[in-house]
Amino acid sequence: MANNQHAAPAPVGGSLVNAVTLTCGVLIAVMLAILLVRFLFGLGSVTGLNDGYPWGIWVVFDVVIGSAFACGGFSVAMLVYIFNKGEYHPLVRPALLASLFGYTLAGAGVIFDLGRPWNVWHMFNPWSINLNSVMFEVAVCISLYIIVMWIEFSPTFLEQYGKAEAKRKLGKAMFFIIALGTVLPMMHQSSLGTLLVVLGVQIHPLWQTPLQPLLYLLTAITMGYAVVLFESCLTSTAYRRKLETHMLTPLAKIMLGFLAVYLVVRVADLVVRGALPRAFEPSIEALMFWLEMLCLAAPLLLIGAEANRRNPAKLFLAGVLLMLGGALLRLNGYLIGYETIVGDSGGFSYFPTLPEVLVTAGMFAIEVLGYIIITRRFPVLPRENAQATH
Amino acid sequence: MGTRRDFLKGVLAGSAAATTGVVATSALARETRPRPPEALGLLYDGTLCVGCKACVAACKTANENPAEFSTVDKLWDTPLDTSGYTFNIIKMYRNGTMDAKDQEVNGFAFMKTSCMHCGDPSCVSACPVSAMTKDPVTGVVGYNPDKCIGCRYCVAACPFGIPKYQYDSPTGRIGKCELCRHRHEEGHYSACAEVCPTGATLFGRTEDLLTEAKRRIAMKPGEMNRFPRGHLLSAQDKNAKVAANAKGVKMRNGWREEPDQTYETQAGKYLQHVYGEKEYGGTQVLKLSGVNFQKMGMPDLPPDAAAAMSETIQHSLYGGLLMPFAVLGAMTYVAKRNVKPEDEESGKGGS
Repeated sequence: MANNQHAAPAPVGGSLVNAVTLTCGVLIAVMLAILLVRFLFGLGSVTGLNDGYPWGIWVVFDVVIGSAFACGGFSVAMLVYIFNKGEYHPLVRPALLASLFGYTLAGAGVIFDLGRPWNVWHMFNPWSINLNSVMFEVAVCISLYIIVMWIEFSPTFLEQYGKAEAKRKLGKAMFFIIALGTVLPMMHQSSLGTLLVVLGVQIHPLWQTPLQPLLYLLTAITMGYAVVLFESCLTSTAYRRKLETHMLTPLAKIMLGFLAVYLVVRVADLVVRGALPRAFEPSIEALMFWLEMLCLAAPLLLIGAEANRRNPAKLFLAGVLLMLGGALLRLNGYLIGYETIVGDSGGFSYFPTLPEVLVTAGMFAIEVLGYIIITRRFPVLPRENAQATH
Repeated sequence: MGTRRDFLKGVLAGSAAATTGVVATSALARETRPRPPEALGLLYDGTLCVGCKACVAACKTANENPAEFSTVDKLWDTPLDTSGYTFNIIKMYRNGTMDAKDQEVNGFAFMKTSCMHCGDPSCVSACPVSAMTKDPVTGVVGYNPDKCIGCRYCVAACPFGIPKYQYDSPTGRIGKCELCRHRHEEGHYSACAEVCPTGATLFGRTEDLLTEAKRRIAMKPGEMNRFPRGHLLSAQDKNAKVAANAKGVKMRNGWREEPDQTYETQAGKYLQHVYGEKEYGGTQVLKLSGVNFQKMGMPDLPPDAAAAMSETIQHSLYGGLLMPFAVLGAMTYVAKRNVKPEDEESGKGGS
């Protein structure tokens, strides 16, 4: 790790009151008001959920897609500490911070969606747990991972509050926390795919396969890198900092590697199962499938060449496309390709209501607000003046 | 440090979970579970059903469910589908001029919609907190609201669209048929079968019901035959002595003694298919119909339960936590080499 001479992270500083933070505040207030109604009058009072579509955007967007977007911390930590690529070290903290918020809110968001949240402790009650349930595995893993991530991120707070001794002690155990922090997301990100297996023939053949865990894991890792590209470009622009292209260009290459493996597995699975002809039917499902594949294949063309990977605009676009493609895989599997009664919609339809969308927006606002507050007040991003010498 | 070597190690450790999992899938396959030998269930015979909906009303009473309205006057309980408050419903198939019963073209037919009590239920496999359970003896799929967290994975998992949630309540429960298991103690069987005037819904051991179903589909349409009503007694029930219990109620093998309700009528025109015999490895509720089952709203299901595949994957990956610990061990080993305590203080120039 000779090339590990990085600028130390430092608070960005600046005011916490601006147009963005105020907007976030308003969105969060609206969300809280809607949640009050939800808890007083039931899920039906604010959501478009029904027995044909028991899961809506609070599950599919906030948890399934949201946690995949929050894989940046996991993907980068794996790269730096497991694959020993120390040169990406400055990306760890910001990525981890975004993941921390993504996951913590996904975990909290689940509570809004639970119909009987006061019973949630049964998830950890040895006399209640069901080891056959994929949902159980996902819930326990995500809960543990949230705790692990807070510990992984805690040196940032310890540094700011001058607790050097505590930080040193924690540092000794950090290798294990980091190992846990790579295994746990592998487990639950793959299981988020396995969740669909028990739904059997209710899931369109384009999205129902025993390889589900592998497909979801590979896309989660890929999306993790894509989110880092996205975040890094966005943060640099918003804080008027130098773009981190020197790290993002090689990172994008690794991302494309995972993406290529995914595409091969995905297409091979469709061919072997004989599901590919279903992609050529005149249906919404087929259309969404091609949209998903387009978003996931386009980055290979867009930044496949080394020269293009040095172009920040193309990197950003590729990152966004990959995030969109991974999100579509999940949206298609969980909602578009889901039919409650096979061959018959049973008269059910689902479209998110405005309050549902506003709650999801409120959750996103908490993430943005938290990211701004913490990066401005705590040492997360690399110190800017030192950056120039790099 | 040999970064390339470490990188390769990392690659190996990193891909262990994914690849081993896929390979192990075929090795640890769990078969679809058959129904328990003493499984209880219902036989619904659409050709005998007259659509009176006495079973719908009896189900409401037995489960203390409120009426649901779909008409303007709101005078009668008129649910259009099962819901968190309606566990049983008779649906009607209509086609063209509706000239004759159990006729696909220009005809009409009835179908009961309620829990099938699968031999290998998806809802039980899905439930993270064992709120949905399958009785090991009777095979009844029961629900425990005191454990249920309301995640609605059971609602999503069921291919029959049976468990339903009460979205209009802040303390909503899952609602589904539990075969009136709360009435079994008193010797009562399922209310829907108890009130059925034509024996279209018959209660009994699934094995006996299957034999009865096969007897019926072998009948010549229009031929006079005897049909049981209410409770199809098992061989054991028939041999049991009738005795009064503490409350003075005559009981036979744990069930209330009833007079013989068998009657004679013409056999219907059956499809040669006992729905539920093989679907998803077999369900405890069986159905007979004169009109194509898919047209009657019953899904076309494979002989293997989705729960078997799901649990095969789940246990291949996490059985005994072997794989997670193996991967964790590999990750810890690699991370231990790569993470130096000073590493976090990157200002000092790394390791």
